[in-house]
Amino acid sequence: MGGRQGFGHVLPLTAAPPFAEPWEGKAFALALLSIRAAGANTPAFRYALERVPPGDYLASYYHRWLIASQIMLADSGVLSAEQVAARAARMTGADQEEPEAPELHKPQMPSGGPGNLRTVDTPPAFAVGDRVRTADLHARGHTRLPGYVRRRTGTVTAIRPAAIFPDSAALFEGENPQHCYAVEFDSRELWGAGAEPFRLSIDLYEPYLERVT
Amino acid sequence: MTTAADHIDPAARAEALASLLIERGLVDEAVMDNFIKTYEQSVGPMNGAKVVARAWTDPEYRGRLLADGTAAIAELGFKGPQGEHIVVLENTPDTHHVVVCTLCSCYPWPVLGLPPSWYKDPSYRSRIVREPRAVLAEFGLELGEDVAIRVFDSSSEVRYMVLPRRPAGTEGLSEEELAALVTRDAMVGVAEVAAP
Repeated sequence: MGGRQGFGHVLPLTAAPPFAEPWEGKAFALALLSIRAAGANTPAFRYALERVPPGDYLASYYHRWLIASQIMLADSGVLSAEQVAARAARMTGADQEEPEAPELHKPQMPSGGPGNLRTVDTPPAFAVGDRVRTADLHARGHTRLPGYVRRRTGTVTAIRPAAIFPDSAALFEGENPQHCYAVEFDSRELWGAGAEPFRLSIDLYEPYLERVT
Repeated sequence: MTTAADHIDPAARAEALASLLIERGLVDEAVMDNFIKTYEQSVGPMNGAKVVARAWTDPEYRGRLLADGTAAIAELGFKGPQGEHIVVLENTPDTHHVVVCTLCSCYPWPVLGLPPSWYKDPSYRSRIVREPRAVLAEFGLELGEDVAIRVFDSSSEVRYMVLPRRPAGTEGLSEEELAALVTRDAMVGVAEVAAP
């Protein structure tokens, strides 16, 4: 979403309970439990969110969590979309036959640390103060390199904990842990000479970065 | 714009998914209810407010909080999912920090709970990294031209919390009274803490 235009005024800073309706709480809990059922793979869930049809994505936050859960469960062979549709129809009284469950094809993600943090044996390639340029990656699957910082030059300001590489894990290709860095960009590097003056910091995994010499 | 072909309404989809997952033994209804209750009642910005009030009243704690946010926050008993590594950003008279997740809705759950609507909305996610001063002004926060803005996009497993400035005139308040002043919005960096 970074830098996209046309979304208008920000919403008011109102205080509201976390779930506006009971189904939203259920959607939240089901997403967490679906992630567990699909191998505790949060990148797979984030990748599923990115494949929610755009109309649904923009229409409702927790509905997109439900649709993403469904996509992720289908990816890992836990449940099919047809099963969900048939069950929803039956629950409203329709005489609908239910398809059989798909075959599980969820590779086990080993759990080697709290959440997605891991250690990497090789030393970090970059140090605080290094100038780096972000790669021109156009991932076919999932990535945590947002478009608005692609092909931009910034400075490493901190070394963050290493973590599983989302680009690999999202596709159930294994954890492939990588070093991670806070990289700071000048607003004019991102948005041109007329940009508001500010600095932007973003955390980027080592494979996204190249040294500037 | 493309939407799901099955046209199931959200509440019905939640019921259908729950029913199938419970039947498969992958979801326990009691666990599900417990998750909902936890994030409705015990995890929320009141946790972060306690962290902020402690930092305002105990300089040694403030030092530990800025050096290792995760550990200092855990001292007050707050940890858990989406809080595996928390970095605390201190606002000063010269520098204002503001936090976003442009890619999804990453947010430091143990200290702030689940994110509010405005944080998850495309308007905030798209614009705060491009025109933060204009967006903050829309929220009602007019920063002086001499205040530097630093925007943090939560793109990795690191989660960010802002330590807002302590308002003037609060010297006589207790830690508990201070915590009551601290808002969620100030800990994301879209507002300042108002004096009582």
